[in-house]
Amino acid sequence: MNFFTEAKTMLKQNIRDYGMYIALFVIMLTFTIMTNGLFISSRNISNLLDATGYIAVLAVGMTLVIVIRHIDLSVGFAAGFMGAIAAIMLSQLGVPVYLTIPIILVLGIVIGMFNGVLVASVGIPAFVSSLAAMLIFRGALLQVTEKTGTIIVRDKAFNALGNGYLPSIGEVGGLSLLSLIIGALVILYFVYAEISKRRNKIKYKFEVPSNQIFALKLVFVSIIIAYVTWILAGYNGFSWTVVITLIVVAIYHFLTTKTVLGRHIYAVGSNPEAAHLTGINVKKITYIVFGSMGMLSALSGILYTARLQSATTTAGTLFELDAIAAAYVGGVSAAGGVGKVTGSIIGAVVMASLSSGMNLLGVGISYQYMIRGAVLALAVIFDVITRKKRG
Amino acid sequence: MGGSILDKKNGGSAKRADGNILEMRGISKNFTGVKALSDVNFQVKKGEIHFLVGENGAGKSTLMKVLSGVYPYGTYEGDIVYEGTVQQFGKISDSVKTGIAIIYQELALFPDLSVYENIFAGNEVKRGGVIDWNETIIQAREMLRKVKLNVNPETLIRDLGVGKQQLVEIAKALSKDVKLLILDEPTAALNENDSENLLELLRELKNQGITCIMISHKLKEVIAIADKATVLRDGRTICTLDGSKGEITEAAIIKNMVGRDIEDIYPKRPDKRIGETILEVKNWTAYDSELGRNIVKNVDLHVNKGEIVGIAGLMGSGRTEFALSVFGNPRNYKLDGELFVDGRKRNFKHTSDAIKAGIAYVTEDRKGDGLFLIQDIKSNVSAANLKGIAPGGVINDNEEVKVANDYKSSMAIKAPSVEQIVGNLSGGNQQKVSLGKWLFVGPELLILDEPTRGIDVGAKFEIYTIMNKLINQGMSIIMISSELGEVLGMSDRIYVMAEGRIKGEIAAEHADQEKIMQLATQ
Repeated sequence: MNFFTEAKTMLKQNIRDYGMYIALFVIMLTFTIMTNGLFISSRNISNLLDATGYIAVLAVGMTLVIVIRHIDLSVGFAAGFMGAIAAIMLSQLGVPVYLTIPIILVLGIVIGMFNGVLVASVGIPAFVSSLAAMLIFRGALLQVTEKTGTIIVRDKAFNALGNGYLPSIGEVGGLSLLSLIIGALVILYFVYAEISKRRNKIKYKFEVPSNQIFALKLVFVSIIIAYVTWILAGYNGFSWTVVITLIVVAIYHFLTTKTVLGRHIYAVGSNPEAAHLTGINVKKITYIVFGSMGMLSALSGILYTARLQSATTTAGTLFELDAIAAAYVGGVSAAGGVGKVTGSIIGAVVMASLSSGMNLLGVGISYQYMIRGAVLALAVIFDVITRKKRG
Repeated sequence: MGGSILDKKNGGSAKRADGNILEMRGISKNFTGVKALSDVNFQVKKGEIHFLVGENGAGKSTLMKVLSGVYPYGTYEGDIVYEGTVQQFGKISDSVKTGIAIIYQELALFPDLSVYENIFAGNEVKRGGVIDWNETIIQAREMLRKVKLNVNPETLIRDLGVGKQQLVEIAKALSKDVKLLILDEPTAALNENDSENLLELLRELKNQGITCIMISHKLKEVIAIADKATVLRDGRTICTLDGSKGEITEAAIIKNMVGRDIEDIYPKRPDKRIGETILEVKNWTAYDSELGRNIVKNVDLHVNKGEIVGIAGLMGSGRTEFALSVFGNPRNYKLDGELFVDGRKRNFKHTSDAIKAGIAYVTEDRKGDGLFLIQDIKSNVSAANLKGIAPGGVINDNEEVKVANDYKSSMAIKAPSVEQIVGNLSGGNQQKVSLGKWLFVGPELLILDEPTRGIDVGAKFEIYTIMNKLINQGMSIIMISSELGEVLGMSDRIYVMAEGRIKGEIAAEHADQEKIMQLATQ
C-alpha cells in the first residue's frame, strides 16, 4: 500500500479517537495566534495544566462511572468536604502530612463505596443517590467550616502538591534540568514500548503498519512529548500537580486497557445482564468503580485545598459538572461501555484551554459559559455522528 | 413529470388485469459499497399469503424496508407498483396512508400503555382536536374482536404475553384500514399454540381480502399456509414457488435458499459413547419472589457425559428458568433441592461458581443478555475466560487476537476480522461468537437455550455440526428448544417440561412430535 493511502485509511478508521486531539490542537493554535503567542507561553501552559489537575483526576474516575452506566453528582462537594477535613487534620489537629493524605484517600474510598452500595445493592438510581450525597456533603462542608470560616493550611509539603514544582537540580539555558531528563525518559520508554509491542505482533504474524507509518508515529509523538516538556521546563519545570495527574492517568489507563478488571468494567458497561451471565460480579465492579471515584474525589480535594492553601466553605462547587463535561467531550458514551481515560483527560484540557484562552482574550464570563456549552454539545454531536457512520 | 403520469396509467391498466396488488420491479439497493439487493422482482397478488424466505442476509428485511418507505424513494433503484400506481414513498407514513402496514420482529408497542391506547397510538380518534377516549375504547373492542383477542382493552401491554402482543400489533394495523400486511418473523418468539392462532388469523384476514407478506424461517408454516413463496438469495430473486401447483415443499425451499441440497438437516453422530452422570438435580424447586410463585417445581433430571439432553416444552414452561437456577442463579430465585456436579453436591452463589464447576450457559436472547454487542468479536470471545489470555492479570492482546482467530476459522464466523463489532454480524454468526465465548472456557456441560432461534438453515446445520463435534470431544449438552424437529433430530434423551415440572422423559428413539406435544400441553 502507498504511504499516503495507508496514512489516510488509518486516519479515517480512527477519526473518533483522533478527533479530540485534532480539536485540542486547533483550539490551542487558534488561541496562540489570537493572543500573539501568549497562550502557548510556558507560564500560561503551566498555569493551565495546574488548574486542570483537580478536575482531571475527577474526570478519570467519572469516565469509569459513566462507562458502567451510572453518574456521580456528589464528587464536587465530596472533594470540598474531604479537602476541608485534610485542612482540619493538618492545621487544627496537627496530624503530619504523610498520615493525612493516606487517611483522606481511604476516607474517599469509604465514601465512594457507600454510594456504590446504594446503587448496586439497594438499587437506587445513581443520579438520585449521588444527588442526595451531594446535598449531604455540601452540608457537611459547611458544618466543618462553620466556626472558623476559611481554614488556612500552612503545611509547606502539603501546599506544594497544588503549587510546587519538582525540585531543581540545575538549569540548562534557563530550562529545568530534571524536567528535561524526565521528558527524555518518557520518550525513551514510549519508543521502547512501541517497538516491543510491534515486535510481539510480528512474532504472532499479525499485520502491522508499514515501517514508514510506524516511524512517523514514533517521531510525531516524541516531538509532542518533547515540546510539552520544553514548554513546561521553561517555567519552573513539571509541577507536582501535573506529575500526580499523569501518574493517575497512567495507572488508570493501564488498568482499563490491560487488566481483567478493566475488561470487566467495560463488559458491565456494555451489557450488565450479559456480564452477569458471563460470570462477572456486577455488584463488585460497581463497588470498585464508585470506590475509585471516591478516592479520586479525595485526591481532587487535596489538590484543590493545596492549590488554594486553604479550605473554603464553597470548595468543590460545580466540580462534578466540569468533570462530567470533560468526560463527554473526551468521547465517553452516555449509553455506557464506551470511553477512554486518556480521552477524558484531553477533554479536561480542552475545556481548560477554552477558559484560559478566553480569559487571555478578555472574553466576558457570560460568553465563556455559552461557548463552553456549545463546545460540549458539538463534541457529543461529533461523537454521535461518527458512531453512526461506523455502525 | 409527464413521463411518470404515463407510467402510472400504463401500470394501472396492466395491474388490474393480472390481479397484482404489488409489483416490485428491478429493485437494487446499496449500503456503502455492499449490494444488499440487486434487480429483485417481486409480485404479490391481491388477497394471497405470500412468504419471503431466504437465509439471514438474503435481503428479505431490506426489501420490505424499501417497500414501506424506511429507505425512501431515491435511495434505491427500480419501481414499486402498488395498486396499479408507481409509488414514491418518502417516509414510512406515506406507505401507511396507502394501506401498507409492517409489523417487525421486535414489537413496537408501549409496554406501559393500555391495549386501546396502543392500538390507536399515532392514529388517535379525535373530535375537535381532542381525543375521544370512549369512542377509542369502543373501536378498540371491535379491532380486538377481529383479531380474536379476548382481553380487556384497558390491560397494560406489559401484562400480556408475546403472542397476545403480536395480535395487538395486528389490531393496530387493522385500525388503519390495512390492505397489505407485512409481518417480519411474527412467530419467531411465539410458542406452537400462539403460532397456530396467528396463522389461523392470517387465513381469516385473507378471506376478508387482506393481502399478507410474511418473512419466516419456519418452513413448516410456509408449507402450511403459503399461497406463494418467493425465495431470495444473496440479494437476488431466485424463484417464486406456487402452492396451488404443489411447488412449496421443504426440499424445494431449502434447495433454492442455500443453492444446494441439504441431505439431512440434522447431521448424524455415528459413534455414541455415553459415560457417567455429570449433572444431576433432585427435587429441584425455584421460587421467584417477584412473581410470587414457584417457576420450577420438583425437577429431577440428570445428564450423562457425551450426551445431548433435549428439554422440550412450550414457552413459559420454566425451561429457561430451570437453566438459570442451575447456572449460578443470576435472578436470585429461592432454591430448594439438591444439585450434583460430577457427583459432588454443589451450591452455587454466583454464575462464576457455576462456570468454575464446568458449566456454561448460552442464553436464549443472545442480543439481550448474551453478547456485548458494542464490543468486537475478540472481546466477546475472551470475556468469560480472560485469565486464559491474561497470565498474571495483564491481558496479552496478541494472544487474544490469536484465540479469537482460531474460533473464527474453526467455526467459520463470517466477518472481515476479529475486530468487527458483534452488533454488525448476522444472527448465525452472532450465535457462533456466543458459542466460541463459552468453548474458550472449556466447560464440561454446555447448556444451549434455543441455540438456533432466528438463524437460517445453513447456519443451523453448522451449529448442529459444532454440537456433535463437542460431544465427540467428551462434552455434554443440554439443549432447550421450542423446535420439535431439532429436539427430535439432535437429542439422545428428551425431557418435556410444562408449568415448571418435568412431565416426562423419553429416549430419542421412542420419541415423536405427538408424544412430546401431548406431554407439553398436559
